[in-house]
This record gives sequence, C-alpha cells and structure tokens, in this order.
Amino acid sequence: MPEQAATLTSQQKTTSRRPAGTLYRGREGMWSWVLHRITGVAIFFFLLVHILDTALVRVSPEAYNAVISSYQTPIMGLGEVALVAAIVFHAFNGLRIILIDFWNAKYQKAMFYVVIALWVVTMLAFVPRHLINVFSH
Amino acid sequence: MTTTIEAPRSPYARSPKKRGVNWEKWGWIYMRVSGVVLVVLIFGHLFVNLMVGEGVSALNFAFVAGKLTTPFWMVWDVLMLWLALIHGGNGMRTLVNDYATQRLTRGILKSAILAAVVILIVLGTLVVFTFDPCPAGSPADLLPSFCSAI
Repeated sequence: MPEQAATLTSQQKTTSRRPAGTLYRGREGMWSWVLHRITGVAIFFFLLVHILDTALVRVSPEAYNAVISSYQTPIMGLGEVALVAAIVFHAFNGLRIILIDFWNAKYQKAMFYVVIALWVVTMLAFVPRHLINVFSH
Repeated sequence: MTTTIEAPRSPYARSPKKRGVNWEKWGWIYMRVSGVVLVVLIFGHLFVNLMVGEGVSALNFAFVAGKLTTPFWMVWDVLMLWLALIHGGNGMRTLVNDYATQRLTRGILKSAILAAVVILIVLGTLVVFTFDPCPAGSPADLLPSFCSAI
C-alpha cells in the first residue's frame, strides 16, 4: 500500500529511528517523565491550597494576613524553595516535551541535560535571594 | 485448518467508523498550548511576588489589593487561574486513567478532580472581580495607601 508507506516515511523523518514507544523507557526519557508526574501532582495540590488562601482577601485583611504570615516562616520558606524547584523543572521539562513532539525526538537526552542546566541556573538566581528574604525578617 | 497470521508491526490505523470531536487530541493540544502560556504567567507571578523587593516577606493584604485593583494583574491572575486549574485537572485525569484500575475508582476520582477544578475556578474568578480593596471598618494600617484618599 503506497499510502501507508508514505505515512511511515514521514513519521521516520520527524521522530527518531528507534521503534515507537521506547522514548519513555529507561534512563533520561523515563526519569524526566517520572519527575514530570511527581512535580505535576505536587504543584496541583499546592494550587488548590493557594487559591483558597488567596480567596481570603475577600473575607478580611486580618484573615488574609494571618494566613500569609505562615508562608513567611523559615519552614515554609524552605517549602517555597521546594515548590519553585518543582515548578521550574516542570516548566522547562514541559517545553522539552513540546520540542520532542513538534521538533525532533532525537535530541531528547541532550535536551534533558539542558533542562537540568537551566534548572540549576534558575535556582541559583532564586534560592539565595529568597532565603535572605525569609531569614532576615 | 488454516490460520491467518497478521503482518507483524502493521502500521497503526485509526478505525474509520469513529466520528465526532476527538477530545483526547484537543486535550493533548491544550496541555502544550496552555503549558507555554503558563510558563510565562507563572514565572512572571513568581518573579513579582518572590524576587522583587523583599519577596515573600513583603506579601500582605495591601500588596494583593494593589495588584487586584490593576486591570493588568486582574487579567494576568484570572488567566493563570483558568489555564493552570484546567491544565492541572487534565494532568491529574491522565494519572487517574493510568493508575486507578477499577472503573468505579476512576469515576469517583475524576468526579472529585472535576468538582475541585470547577469550584476553584468559580471561587477564584468571583474573588478577582468582586474584590474590595478598602473594606469598611478595617484598620487603615492593613489597607493599601490609596484607601485613605477616599
């Protein structure tokens, strides 16, 4: 069937030459997938809480300030480092997934290390400044 | 007795009988489109709230009131609310489909996700658009400075 043969060739052009379905099995492809799921779930549950705490601005200034001051304690300050770490990984790895889908899956391993590098750079910019804000007040 | 052996690794063919909207495809596209927008919205949100000035230590009612009376930040926050909740809800739906083996469990978990997403979108949108930055009877030192001019 010439039609199917044509479909296969166009698929082979846009994705890697490996058989379908191996990108997420083992090594970088799998661990990025695992981390994407774990960070995604963590961010989702924080989002639920964060919308509820922000909704307190509609209750009273006192109620909002009482809850937000708990976000300014040292322990929560460290929690915010973990939250930002999860968000930054999920964001950069999400862009990597888009590039795998729409550009070229051949570079997925290299792109995983780019994600790690960008994550380190972003965290270096955020963590010291944030910890100074948390521990100097 | 003759046995018909199918050709190995025959290319995946979509059944021609299926009609209507391919919701899974649009969900897949939504995750990518909203993802790109959310990277910008959430990185901007984190920068303004945690990096500028004294970061998390400066957050209080007056700070939020200043943002939620600015149309730019109202649009920013409402967009973030809708895009992030639907993105997160759809992601959780994917996990439930992957890990919940019982049909009933899947139904209960996905209903809970849908309820949480709908309730929080309605709540969050109402909060942004009905917000009063200068509630009567509140101590002036908790309110944004522009309240004293009224």
